[in-house]
Amino acid sequence: MPGIMLLAYKLLANDRTKFTALIVGITFAVFLMVQMTSMFAGVLSRSSATVYNIGAAVWVMDPAVQTVANTIPLPDAVLDQVRSIPGVKFAEPVYSGGGLVKLGDGTYQAVTILGLDDTTLFGRPTMIAGNIQDIYGENGFVAVVDSEFAKLGNPEVGTEFEINDHRARIVGLAQVASNGLFGVPALYTTYSRALQYLPNARFTISYVLVEPKSAADIPAIRAAVARAGYVALGRDDFVDQISDFYAYKTGIGMNLMMMTAIAFIVGLSISGQTFYTFILENLEKFGALKAIGMTSRELVLMILFQAGFVSLTGYGLGTGLCALMIWIARWRLPDYAALITGTNLLLALGMVVVIAGVSSWFGVRRVLRIEPFDIFRG
Amino acid sequence: MTDTPVPSVAISVEAIDKGFGEGDTYTRAVSGVSFTALHGEMLFIVGPSGSGKTTMLSMVSGILRPDAGRVLIEGTDIWALPADDLARFRLHRIGFVFQDFHLFPRLTTAENVAIPLIVQRRDWDEALVEARRFLDIVGLGHRADVVPVKLSGGEQQRVAIARALIARPDILVLDEPTASLDGDTGRTIIRFVRDHVLSATRCILIITHDARIYEFADRILTMEDGRVTAITTAPPHPSVQQGSGS
Repeated sequence: MPGIMLLAYKLLANDRTKFTALIVGITFAVFLMVQMTSMFAGVLSRSSATVYNIGAAVWVMDPAVQTVANTIPLPDAVLDQVRSIPGVKFAEPVYSGGGLVKLGDGTYQAVTILGLDDTTLFGRPTMIAGNIQDIYGENGFVAVVDSEFAKLGNPEVGTEFEINDHRARIVGLAQVASNGLFGVPALYTTYSRALQYLPNARFTISYVLVEPKSAADIPAIRAAVARAGYVALGRDDFVDQISDFYAYKTGIGMNLMMMTAIAFIVGLSISGQTFYTFILENLEKFGALKAIGMTSRELVLMILFQAGFVSLTGYGLGTGLCALMIWIARWRLPDYAALITGTNLLLALGMVVVIAGVSSWFGVRRVLRIEPFDIFRG
Repeated sequence: MTDTPVPSVAISVEAIDKGFGEGDTYTRAVSGVSFTALHGEMLFIVGPSGSGKTTMLSMVSGILRPDAGRVLIEGTDIWALPADDLARFRLHRIGFVFQDFHLFPRLTTAENVAIPLIVQRRDWDEALVEARRFLDIVGLGHRADVVPVKLSGGEQQRVAIARALIARPDILVLDEPTASLDGDTGRTIIRFVRDHVLSATRCILIITHDARIYEFADRILTMEDGRVTAITTAPPHPSVQQGSGS
């Protein structure tokens, strides 16, 4: 470390009270910012769990659908229409609905039931026990082993229970990429069995899953579906639509955004005020350094280094603390929804840079204004 | 017969002026001051409060730009230098001892003394070694690792002197060096400066109104109302001695 930077570090770090206040302030702010945005990212990620887990490239749905959980059934004719669009390699229906499982001890547990096309089982999960072919067997269901799995009493292959007063049998266990948002276990079965077990309206298809011949065909498929009065969304577009719904059409996004803003303001206030006080207390000393021969540019560099050092240290501690807290929370609550993403970290880093910038800006202004003559004059 | 070497001119001040404020509030602090200071000389600047001593010395030492006139230090017109060059000039050529010392309370005395070398981009450890050497010179080698608040006023003054000397400046500027010291300590400090700091290649300027130390001066420059009223080798008139500070 160059001597001037080491000098800047010692001037700051040796003032333990202010140094600690600065680090704690920024750590706390970063912790809150990352925690809030991670919770939001966790909620958004889980809200699109079905989209990730099914894995279809294009989803055809009613235009009024806003989230994957709130389906609006499509007429069977839509499936045929979509299959007839040039560029469609294949299209299969999927059923998504909710049922009630009566467990062995007589209690009821809500579940999400996904009915896969009987012929292709398109969108099937990755099996970890049993054989997917057994799903065709009598009353066959595949249970997803995720954080909600225990709510079904940790069933094994061969376990039987009732779903909506129909006998059901676990023929396999599977894993999926993402857990759901609503804290209910998921079961896979065939499309026809799902219709048989769950009460239905006149139309039954939740979504038509499309595999295009190539990615270049997707715009044409979307246009053709739109002409038919429906919407075709790519996987990422569907995820974005769901995210936008939770971000802007529910209170979740606004509340978390406000908490993040409050954390930012708290961090800015604490660190800004503390750092400015530090500069003020050392103003005469900075003036003395100017008199001795330090240039204004070097003084500004020292202050920026000090602000940058406490900010990045606080950033590291804050993100580490957040990761630790999420780890502990998941240890105690397996379905705790929080996800530290690169975007979260970059957002928090950006806010920390703003905090450092604003804090140092006020200090730099004062230091640039101090004249060595003022030191002489006393 | 041997020739006594003639001291060369260290500082040449030519008709410098300085005023503050504008319009009705304008005050002329220094007016047409000219003098020279020589290498190997200890020049005291004395005068009553408000006589312009500090303003004049600030212009001479390159930290306050004069409204008019020139300051030549060893032939360099310092106010013709760009700001960064002037800062570097001060760093390498002029040492400052401030009235309130302005030592960094969170740094050790050695680190305080090392600051000019650190600003000169010298290696930190190397600068500390040099700082300890200069602390030894001022008799404080054993106090190198304590913070300034643990030192007495006289010791802090000596630390400030060590800091001013460490870059081996040609010009040393001391502002009221005895103002916050008792009489004996003040005399001891000035005697130390006279005996150990002053050299044939160094010029020392001291602002003071402490008549007890006038005996250490080679010459005494007396200021009043922003003008030089006398440059003497003898203690000035008692009326000047009653000045209350800069």
